Amino acid sequence: MTHAAKSPARPLSPHLQVYRLPLAAWLSISHRAAGIGLTLGTLLLTWWLAAAAYGPDAYALFSDFISSALGLLILFGFSVALFFHLCNGIRHLLWDAGKNFSIETTKRTNIYVIAGTVVLTAIAWLIAYL
Amino acid sequence: MVELSLPKNSKPVKGKHHAAPSGAKNVKRFDVYRYDPDKDATPRIDSYDVDLDTCGPMVLDGLLKIKDEMDQTLALRRSCREGICGSCAMNIDGGNTLACLKPIDECNGAVKIYPLPHMPVVKDLVPDLTHVYAQYASIEPWMKTETLPPSSSERLQSPEEREKLDGLWECILCFCCSTSCPSYWWNGDRYLGPAILLQAARWINDSRDEATGERLDNLEDPFRLYRCHTIMNCTQTCPKGLNPAKAIADIKMKLVERAG
Repeated sequence: MTHAAKSPARPLSPHLQVYRLPLAAWLSISHRAAGIGLTLGTLLLTWWLAAAAYGPDAYALFSDFISSALGLLILFGFSVALFFHLCNGIRHLLWDAGKNFSIETTKRTNIYVIAGTVVLTAIAWLIAYL
Repeated sequence: MVELSLPKNSKPVKGKHHAAPSGAKNVKRFDVYRYDPDKDATPRIDSYDVDLDTCGPMVLDGLLKIKDEMDQTLALRRSCREGICGSCAMNIDGGNTLACLKPIDECNGAVKIYPLPHMPVVKDLVPDLTHVYAQYASIEPWMKTETLPPSSSERLQSPEEREKLDGLWECILCFCCSTSCPSYWWNGDRYLGPAILLQAARWINDSRDEATGERLDNLEDPFRLYRCHTIMNCTQTCPKGLNPAKAIADIKMKLVERAG
């Protein structure tokens, strides 16, 4: 039973509807979303490995899918999620070690995480296409 | 549990408009959450055009002007009007803070005022704090000792030991932080929330307290402590400039150190 439910007659005050979430909170929820995305994306990795083990026809099917527009879009999303989860994960490690808790540092590491994601994703795709 | 939208009885509807007195030149609109348990089926948002030329600088001044001159039915908690009692904590312009410390001119457009988020509302801007106070009691916020105090003096602290309480003792229990925390919104029934955990840290860090182990035992729980996911809303909203997120991280580290 939640504390709100104890007094059913009382309305619950607005929360997400009115709270202006700071950037760090958006990155926090994105971290979780990226984690879920990566878990699902790993199915793709499994398909790739399984297809390679199964034979040329199965591999061609996977290859066609992943080089299609939809496949590339999913792969791009996977790479963004991966690098974001990595960068923000490092920030979480430092937080767990008791570091970087001031508001100024949090605002700065917000930018580092976003910049790191953009740069690493760009590098990965440049390497793939050069 | 995560419930992104409000229950049916909690969705605010458009309320009454109160115009400024004729001749007012410097008018600012205040949109205020209203709920009267005796009359209203659902909350409403009333708007008040406040004449800033005859109003003090802070949001609390505006609210008291509304209550004094425009609409006496408005209910809110306030006492010290200088940021030390924690009574006038509310959600202003999308963030939690003390109305007495929030300048009106920091709000762009209308001043939007709601009660502290995700709390049962008693009336208007007055949330029911019964549950957070019970959670506060659960951490036993008083000094616990086994040994007798020295016969000739109080229990003494070195300046260094005393310093460990800085950033903790200043908390005024306004609950801006706890009610800014999405983890507390979704799991507030079991998660203690940043305000209470900062208080727990205040006693854990007190060199005179002799129940540190027992206090840590009480917190070592997937919900009571570990629903904190370092979202950082607490620290960013604290009107006293304290750092509950850091206090929680320190407790987590103490638990790791203790486990060896």
